[in-house]
Amino acid sequence: MEQLLEQLASGLANGAIYACVALALVMIYVSTDHLNFAQGEMAMFSTYISWQLMNWGLNFWVAFVLAVLASFVLGVLIERIILRPLHGAPVLSVVVVFIGLLAICNSMAGAIWSYLIKEYPSPFPKSTFGFAGVIGPHQLGVVLVTLVVLGLLFLFFRYTPLGLAMRAAAQNPQMARLVGVRVDWMLALGWGLAAAVGAVAGIMVAHIVYLDPNMMGGILLYAFASALIGGIGNPGGAVVGGFIVGVLENMVAYAGNQIEKATGVYIIGNGEKLTVALIIVIFVLTVKPAGLFGRVVVKRV
Amino acid sequence: MPAFPKKWLWVVLVVAFAWPLLEPVFPDVVSNYRLFLVSTMIIAAIAVLGLNLLTGFNGQISLGHGAFYAVGAYTAAILMDKLNVPYYATLPAAAAVCFVVGYLFGQPALKLEGHYLALATFALALSVPQILKYKWLEDLTGGVQGIVLSKPEVPFDLPFNEDQWLYYYCLVTMIVLFWAANNMLNSRSGRAMMAIRDHYMAADTMGINTARYKTVTFGISAAYTGIAGALSASAIAFVAPDSFNFFLSIKFLIGLVVGGVGSLVGSVVGGIFYVLVDNSAQAISTYIKNDLGLQFDLSAYTIFGILLILLMYLMPQGIVGGVYMLFRRLRRG
Repeated sequence: MEQLLEQLASGLANGAIYACVALALVMIYVSTDHLNFAQGEMAMFSTYISWQLMNWGLNFWVAFVLAVLASFVLGVLIERIILRPLHGAPVLSVVVVFIGLLAICNSMAGAIWSYLIKEYPSPFPKSTFGFAGVIGPHQLGVVLVTLVVLGLLFLFFRYTPLGLAMRAAAQNPQMARLVGVRVDWMLALGWGLAAAVGAVAGIMVAHIVYLDPNMMGGILLYAFASALIGGIGNPGGAVVGGFIVGVLENMVAYAGNQIEKATGVYIIGNGEKLTVALIIVIFVLTVKPAGLFGRVVVKRV
Repeated sequence: MPAFPKKWLWVVLVVAFAWPLLEPVFPDVVSNYRLFLVSTMIIAAIAVLGLNLLTGFNGQISLGHGAFYAVGAYTAAILMDKLNVPYYATLPAAAAVCFVVGYLFGQPALKLEGHYLALATFALALSVPQILKYKWLEDLTGGVQGIVLSKPEVPFDLPFNEDQWLYYYCLVTMIVLFWAANNMLNSRSGRAMMAIRDHYMAADTMGINTARYKTVTFGISAAYTGIAGALSASAIAFVAPDSFNFFLSIKFLIGLVVGGVGSLVGSVVGGIFYVLVDNSAQAISTYIKNDLGLQFDLSAYTIFGILLILLMYLMPQGIVGGVYMLFRRLRRG
């Protein structure tokens, strides 16, 4: 039983990470209809920036804030410089540009910081408190930090004029432009915010998966699965989907483990994590493309 | 895009066939290493052609063709390793297996389009190494260790060495496959494929069985890439799960985009390019370090990535399409 709770807790912690990345994906999707395949590598790059800052002697949280800000700026720049000219380009071009971005981020990180796997510190105290044995301090911290970030984002979008303008620009660009919203800049800001949220996820997960240029590949796939489960156009759904997928992932591994213990037959374990994500993605896309909370879009021809 | 002029095609073919025999005459131009390099280019060209049939001619985006390449390579490797099947018999087997796998993957893909299909195939590409390492398949696939094979032997005591024979083997396979693809594309089925790409709804209304064409195209495309995989298993004489990672699929995409989306000649250019950059990245990196004095390890993928983005702005048709457009503009002006 305790083991189950432990798995549940670690699933929630992973889920928080997936929720963050999924939210970043959804933020870009709702405003531009693009799936950002480079989101994971951008987050990885931000994590390396924070590692570098810490290596120069900065405190974890200072490095955290600086790296998130840097990611925001990078996100805005990427949108303004690389994606702006592709407005209205065919899907293949957009996908190829994202893959190009992915390759650049990945290989640049490898070139600057080498492909060696690095340890990444946890900012949270080592002491075991409260639910000792069930949830570790880092996991609890991850959940708290992501919840704070998500809460801040919610407040920003719900209660500030800028947030309202951004939502307007995403929902109905033409109308928004007519009432004086600078839609272009809103898209760039959205990209910046998405990059920043991704950076938070990367920095939080680096202690668990260790820092290396390929660390986000699996996480990105899980984030896509989360966003799809929640309904790809729904930010709240993406967050819920993240937690669902995180727990589901650990439960599947746990169940596989139990089955192997009871019957000696190996069916599924940690080695099949990505395959599980693949199955979730294809299943949701073909059976229920709107996800749990998404709206069914009717296309007029 | 126009077909390659027939006159020139024959010249290229004759040169391609005569080239390995010129070693005594031009020892600087022909070497076994170069023959092997060209063989890998040919293999890459076939794989890119497979992707092109699907993405370029049928409009279904795939980021996961590395998966079919892996299936083809493993089919060939397992047949040779476990059943002692001769290497040339593995090609049809790999093609058949990959056709079935591709056809089956094409079924759910029918419901997806654009970004969503890209996402599903992206997921496929990422999970391939894990699937190959799956415990139940370990007896067949050799798990993480992979399978060690032997290179194709020269039959009938022909006066070739191993690399020369490999070259001819790949070359003949490529010619047959390109000839078949060309014929298919110039037939009713090929026009139907392109009609689906250009306007799905209109093609459907014209009475084309879009679902069947899309799934069968998926299968054929997978079969082409699978044959390339089987060839590569023979050529490299080794398969291991981690060589079929996500970046393999990216490389095919690069070959497709650089060569030319929706062009047969473009697939060849793409295959050549892919091997060239893959092999010269090290040289470029040392050049930047030693001669330009920059302390920076530029890897092949940085170049690939920058090139991909630039090409999408400047020549969305790929190098072949871009050169053709340039040529036409010059002629007119």
